[in-house]
Amino acid sequence: MARDKTLGEVLRERGISRRGFLKFCAATASLMALPPSTVPAIAAALEKARRPSVIWLSFQECTGCTESLTRAHSTTIEQLIFDTISLDYHHTLQAASGTGAEDARESAMQENWGEYLLVVDGSIPTANPGYSTIAGISNVDMLRETAAGAAAIVSVGSCAAFGGIPQAKPNPTGAVSVSELITDKPIINVPGCPPIPVVITGVLTQFLAFGLPELDHLSRPMAFYGTSIHDRCYRRPFYDRGQFAETFDDEGAKKGWCLYKLGCKGPTTYNACATTKWNEGTSFPIESGHPCLGCSEPDFWDAGGFYQALSIPTGDLPRAAAYGVGGGLLAGAAMGALNRVRKNRAVQAHEKVTIDDLEKERKP
Amino acid sequence: MHYTNPTACSGASEDVLTHNVLPLLHEIRHALGKWLESGDPTVIDLRAIPMAPGEEDELLARLGSGEIHARLSALGDSEIVETAYPGAWLVTHRNTAGEIIGKYIEVCDIPQILKAPQEDVRAGLQRLQTQLG
Repeated sequence: MARDKTLGEVLRERGISRRGFLKFCAATASLMALPPSTVPAIAAALEKARRPSVIWLSFQECTGCTESLTRAHSTTIEQLIFDTISLDYHHTLQAASGTGAEDARESAMQENWGEYLLVVDGSIPTANPGYSTIAGISNVDMLRETAAGAAAIVSVGSCAAFGGIPQAKPNPTGAVSVSELITDKPIINVPGCPPIPVVITGVLTQFLAFGLPELDHLSRPMAFYGTSIHDRCYRRPFYDRGQFAETFDDEGAKKGWCLYKLGCKGPTTYNACATTKWNEGTSFPIESGHPCLGCSEPDFWDAGGFYQALSIPTGDLPRAAAYGVGGGLLAGAAMGALNRVRKNRAVQAHEKVTIDDLEKERKP
Repeated sequence: MHYTNPTACSGASEDVLTHNVLPLLHEIRHALGKWLESGDPTVIDLRAIPMAPGEEDELLARLGSGEIHARLSALGDSEIVETAYPGAWLVTHRNTAGEIIGKYIEVCDIPQILKAPQEDVRAGLQRLQTQLG
């Protein structure tokens, strides 16, 4: 049966030379921020990887994540890996529809029970199952049914990972993330609105080669979400020297100064944008002059405002006073003092970190 | 350095430097010494090290080029160039779309990727045998 071939065998059949394969493994190591010494291990693991069946379910989503994924199209091994992984079900990409498509999903599930990878994008409405259905089946039911036989679940995009824009106030559909519904399967969150294309394929490649990757407290792979945008931002020297753009067209903005005061969420956002970048490494929002939206963090739609600086609590202080306090904090490099544990706790409790919290931390 | 669009450029100001060029050159120096002493190769992933615009060019200019300039065509072109310091190689991998997917400094007698892998030799031998009847 075709599924019994290893990735190595499939690549050889397609005429990929060992050198081509090793190039890909080197690129994969680089992408996952692994040292070059791991390349032989990656090569050995990928060679032996078997074709897992992958079922992709799309719920309340904008299809941006699928669009992002299909831009990871350098027609190299990533493409082959996608052929290899036997994508057995995907609304947008598959040719089948209606009962034919649902039958395909069910037979893929039965044939690979306990072993298939379930990939989900979009949030799941719980207020009324009728808000989002596929072939008459509610998202909740389809998720529960399909998750039952999955080896692991990958929640692609902030909607599947954290609820995303549907979950933003007032959350009319009762939208929830995958992990709020499924609690008995390993879940890998790959958030972002959308996630960077090579991050999506990198996670799937990593899963193929090594199984479940190391995850952070929000179940995001450490390889791609281990450092904050702020820590890798090329504009960091300006932040450190207190040189900020105050408006979008002032001298500071033209000189490429730090966008903190214009609302950049870089300090509290974990993603690979500052290093891996977008559009095949061309650029990322900050480099194009726009503050980071924090799109790979939970509740980023309700985090105050895209153009309000992090140290300013929403609606608590008059603007002038807020900037004054903000300025004082900045002078003390307060963001550096923002306790990561506190932030994580706040995030998990859906609290906003207030000026008071920051002030407390500053005091010795 | 000339930028046509100052707002889009990353760090037009000269004082946005990471100052990683010198440390990298020293790392290469140590690696060359290590190779001479123990034969252990070193690979440095250039894309894992933050460098401001212009710094990578400075590093490569200081490394220069040597006697070998090899091109590998496998799933896109790759360039293997010996720098002005024998044993220190610059390896650049590109995919079929011409995008850079890897950039390394390898300190060794010859980068592994230039050597003919056994399985490719085996496959080629079969093809030759078939061709010769």
